[in-house]
Amino acid sequence: MANYKYHILICGGTGCHASQSAQIKENFEKIIVEKNLQNDVQVVGTGCFGFCEKGPIVKMLPDNTFYTQVTPEDCNEIVQEHIIKGRKVQRLLYLDPKSQEHKSDSKHMGFYKKQLRIALRNCGFIDPENIEEYIARDGYKALASVLEQNDPQGTIEVLKKAGLRGRGGAGFPTGLKWELCRKNAADQKYMICNADEGDPGAFMDRSILEGDPHTVIEAMAIGGFCIGASKGLVYIRAEYPLAIHRLRIAIDQAREYGLLGNNIFGTDFSFDIELRYGAGAFVCGEETALIHSMEGQRGEPTFKPPFPAVEGYLKKPSNVNNVETFANVPVIINKGWEWFSSIGTEKSKGTKVFALAGQINNVGLIEVPMGTTLREVIYEIGGGIKNGKKFKAVQTGGPSGGCLTEKFLDTPIDYDNLIAAGSMMGSGGMIVMDETSCMVSVAKFYLDFIVEESCGKCSPCRIGNKRMSEILDKITKGNGTMEDLERLKNLAKVIKDTALCGLGQTSPNPVLSTMDNFWDEYVAHVVDKKCPAGQCRALKQYVIDPEKCKGCTACARACPVGAIHGTVKQPHEINQEACIKCGTCYEKCKFNAISIK
Amino acid sequence: MDTVKLTIDNREVEVPRGTTILKAAQSIGINIPTLCHFEVDNLGIHNKPGACRICVVEVVGRRNLAPACVTECMPDMIVRTNSMRVINARRTVLELILSDHPNDCLQCAKNGNCELQKLAIRLGVRENPYNGEEHAQSTYQLEVSPSIIRDMNKCVMCRRCETMCNQMQTVGALSAIERGFPAVISTAFNQHLELSPCTFCGQCVAVCPVGALTEVDHTSKVIRAITDEKKTTVVQVAPAVRVALGEEFGMKPGSIVTGKLTAALKALGFDYVFDTDWSADLTIMEEGTELIGRLTKFLAGDKSVHLPILTSCCPAWVNFFEHQFPDMEDLPSTAKSPQQMFGAIAKSYFAEKIGVKREDMVCVSVMPCLAKKYECGRDEFKVNGNPDVDYSISTRELARLIKMANIDFNSLPEEKFDSPLGESTGAGVIFGTTGGVIEAAVRTAYEVITKKPLPKIDFEELRGLEGVRSATIDVDGLKLNIGIAHGLHNARKLLEDIKAGRSHFHAIEIMACPGGCIDGGGQPLHHGNQEIIKARWEAIYRADREMPIRKSHENPSIQAIYKEFLGEPCGHKSHELLHTNYFDKQTTVVVDVEK
Amino acid sequence: MEKIKSLADLKAKREQLQSNLKLREMGDNVDNMIQVKVAMATCGIASGAKQVMETIINECNTRKLPVVVTQTGCMGYCYAEPTVEVKKPGQEPVVFGHITPAKATELVEKYIAGNELIEGIIPVNYEKIDK
Repeated sequence: MANYKYHILICGGTGCHASQSAQIKENFEKIIVEKNLQNDVQVVGTGCFGFCEKGPIVKMLPDNTFYTQVTPEDCNEIVQEHIIKGRKVQRLLYLDPKSQEHKSDSKHMGFYKKQLRIALRNCGFIDPENIEEYIARDGYKALASVLEQNDPQGTIEVLKKAGLRGRGGAGFPTGLKWELCRKNAADQKYMICNADEGDPGAFMDRSILEGDPHTVIEAMAIGGFCIGASKGLVYIRAEYPLAIHRLRIAIDQAREYGLLGNNIFGTDFSFDIELRYGAGAFVCGEETALIHSMEGQRGEPTFKPPFPAVEGYLKKPSNVNNVETFANVPVIINKGWEWFSSIGTEKSKGTKVFALAGQINNVGLIEVPMGTTLREVIYEIGGGIKNGKKFKAVQTGGPSGGCLTEKFLDTPIDYDNLIAAGSMMGSGGMIVMDETSCMVSVAKFYLDFIVEESCGKCSPCRIGNKRMSEILDKITKGNGTMEDLERLKNLAKVIKDTALCGLGQTSPNPVLSTMDNFWDEYVAHVVDKKCPAGQCRALKQYVIDPEKCKGCTACARACPVGAIHGTVKQPHEINQEACIKCGTCYEKCKFNAISIK
Repeated sequence: MDTVKLTIDNREVEVPRGTTILKAAQSIGINIPTLCHFEVDNLGIHNKPGACRICVVEVVGRRNLAPACVTECMPDMIVRTNSMRVINARRTVLELILSDHPNDCLQCAKNGNCELQKLAIRLGVRENPYNGEEHAQSTYQLEVSPSIIRDMNKCVMCRRCETMCNQMQTVGALSAIERGFPAVISTAFNQHLELSPCTFCGQCVAVCPVGALTEVDHTSKVIRAITDEKKTTVVQVAPAVRVALGEEFGMKPGSIVTGKLTAALKALGFDYVFDTDWSADLTIMEEGTELIGRLTKFLAGDKSVHLPILTSCCPAWVNFFEHQFPDMEDLPSTAKSPQQMFGAIAKSYFAEKIGVKREDMVCVSVMPCLAKKYECGRDEFKVNGNPDVDYSISTRELARLIKMANIDFNSLPEEKFDSPLGESTGAGVIFGTTGGVIEAAVRTAYEVITKKPLPKIDFEELRGLEGVRSATIDVDGLKLNIGIAHGLHNARKLLEDIKAGRSHFHAIEIMACPGGCIDGGGQPLHHGNQEIIKARWEAIYRADREMPIRKSHENPSIQAIYKEFLGEPCGHKSHELLHTNYFDKQTTVVVDVEK
Repeated sequence: MEKIKSLADLKAKREQLQSNLKLREMGDNVDNMIQVKVAMATCGIASGAKQVMETIINECNTRKLPVVVTQTGCMGYCYAEPTVEVKKPGQEPVVFGHITPAKATELVEKYIAGNELIEGIIPVNYEKIDK
């Protein structure tokens, strides 16, 4: 076997993949052969590094150099300089926006400093299509030891003591969930992995499946053993082709190595996994809807009880866990519950992966210990607000989460604190908004997602959310009344109180939390007919300052609806009735004479 | 029994474990309003999707309100069904439902009989807060099929029709499509009902709380026919109508209104008022003879004869096997249904007798059924394009006609059916409920085979409301294995058994509707009250007992028609007029799915 | 492929595979590692730097030392090739010249594993840019 002196790791996550990381990998391989370095340098495609903002990422080892925004054309230089001459390619290193210094080791970058990667431990480290790299990283060791100890209840106790809670959103204790399913005797049970990631912007489950599929397989087998299931099902979105591809490879390899199939590790335990494809319905992330969808029924939730642990897939006891939850399981077993429970807050242990997005410098996938504050996430990891703007709010928990303001910045993030603050953990979307975001529009944006994705089963969600969205639309168009605000608030409360499933019950959160935290902004829209953030088109007014206007006629000529009048070299005027607020005049004016009110 | 104690509105109540809050509350007289919930225990109908959220109640200690219809009582639960939080939620939800419902109550077929309307009255809804132009209503294409009108703009997504169509009938014509606000109940690929596997049983219509699913109304056509002086109008009334029509006029469920019904039809101006019971007797002669013939050959070892023989008087059931089991079309009796036998005789034998040309005769049927509307339009039941039965109207439509004509039904003096197609027996009456057809057949077959009088006319072992029943009748040493199914999911079970060679039956009676015709898709709406079903069922057997003649072959008018017109049962003329054949109507939808 | 049938099987497999990832594991902790750079320009290679690098890697592996070995370009001490720079965490780098494979073994044994300087140190006479 070749004794490589260098490893080049190239991110093969969907984001970097889209910006030609496959081509980069190919170029490296070619150049390495050309330079006769194939015995010294190993080129590896890995899962996501998380720092998607700066992708494609190439990491050089053993010196841990982190190259960002690499193009296929850069490969030659990297090999020539970094490997042959031992000099780092400065221009490809991360430039710290504060110190303006190039950082070569990702550990010294603000983005990674505060992170603790447990669920993502292998993402960006191993080749996800090579089971041997997973095995080398203690892969399947947890499964082996669980099977050797042959004490399913004991393993469940470990998870309970570790304090692992479901990472899909609701935060139900995983060990307890397994125990409930274990207690129900049946000839067949099912261990189901929920990979129907649907929150807009969230992609942690996809990244885990793309970067470390074996950890999910191993955890499912452990779970199967604990609850007494010999069948595993992964319900995965059909829109995740790369994750499906890697998962399939991983399952095949695991079977080949005897880690799936009959008599695993020579024991009586047999377990195998099948994939089921979801058609991209958000509601199918809800476990009963997911199960119905797998059964070929309409993907809509049913009332619980019966819980899946009693009556799940094909009416058999079933356990549904999310991808990220599974990814934590093998590590907990390998390192012990004491280690895991030492991380995090009192009631939320371990770490949580967040998809950081919005008006923030470092967009990407991060994993931080529970209890990290929003401020640390936004300012240290996220590198602060883009373009030096002011922070306004952060939206957590996906479309059914809530918007949190500055006063919550120092709140340690965990399940209970987020709920207390009027939002939720959800699957871990985190969208940062700056001062130019109109909170009414933000609420409407999220609500519209729910309106689209509601299954339509219960009336509050089917009709109520539509009505809320219509009222919000009315407000952003300047036609809202104070009575509308009252009605909106009542609707939001009633929907939360009466909807059938988690989706419906949390759907009013964006409205409720923005109303709680930005009431003045709502009132401004309704009473003053103004959008303080200047986002609502209908409430904008373009005005020409007669002092500054030189009468150059540029605006009048550019106006698509002929709403600007005036004579040459005289101040012009905008006919507000005719104005469609397209902003063309604003852009055309060379004298800053046009302002938005 | 394992029970739980809980408190509802400050009152303690003890109920069996597994009881829902809704039922526990009902047991102490607290009537929690519902909309989507629909259960008829004695017919095995259960629709409780927990979807409308009207029945929400407060359970102390729970974060959200709980739907009473699906939440099970737990020990020491404290439930509040009428706190202001509950009332506000309930009313807000109802306002939402109303906001996506057309306000055309005045023209709606369900006006006055609509569960949503009643709910709006009950919760005192006086305004629609969502009537601004910014508020949309979901709109769908109105669809008119031969039996059923689907006006999905009125749909409240209670899913009752879906439950009936899929769980009860296993037809699978209707299910939810789309999601979110546009979500609605429809056929696969939104195809026309006639292209779907729909059997037109009308059970969806029977349970629809609003006007989304209604029958095709033929009252105007009937009125025009009566007013047309050139036409001779002949009307026939199905057995189950007489035990249900009274409900429409405030009578006690189970009232037998045969005499008033006849009087009302005469008052409406029909020229001849006849009874489908008469043709039911005729059906027994034909079908019974066919059974005896097939049975004799079968027992003699004739391999070309297949048993069991399946009854064929239910048109929805005929549609069902044509769609779902076309390869078994040699099993059902070839005898036409009583409605069609009547039409065929009325427009031949009777028309000749009174000297009216077939084209000048309009034959109307009053049926508890919506599939009959479809049936009378089938091409094989027409002569030169002229149908044997022109219009089939439901019990509900007849009630509408009577009300429209300002007839005081309750005080009408009773009248008798006209002769000769109005004379009937108790055997004809029991066609109206599950088990009745086969009992009528056995009464006749027994005497025909044994040439001995029946020791006991009432075959209690064939009666009941259980979904699948079976009995072995000793016909003088010949053990006749009889199966009975009502509700098409039960029929499916028996058919699957036959297919798999597990069936030991010689004859099976199948009725598409749960309960048989007494709960047909065209009957007065029972709104889930199972006492009504039970009362109708008892009334059918009471009417049978009150008949002087109770065996079809003893009907003198039937005996006469064989003598003077038909010759013998299953003879040449019978075959021409009273028997039919079946078609393969399997629905195949070819979907091109890329692998 | 031979199936893995027991915990022992898995352990054996893991041990056999682990060395492949050692390089990456080290990278994860590069600040606390001893960094060794072998000058591998033409001058270095001509005077045997390749063999020196191999030797250092092998010696460190057998001794299980936490050492990151990389190559570098010409350090400017062509007269003293092959040259090797060793940087211990928290210490200034030290450059050794005239390293032969035999001397490389000594370097690992004495300076890298222990802390004993050996002959051939070249005084640093420039400011490093790349830290």
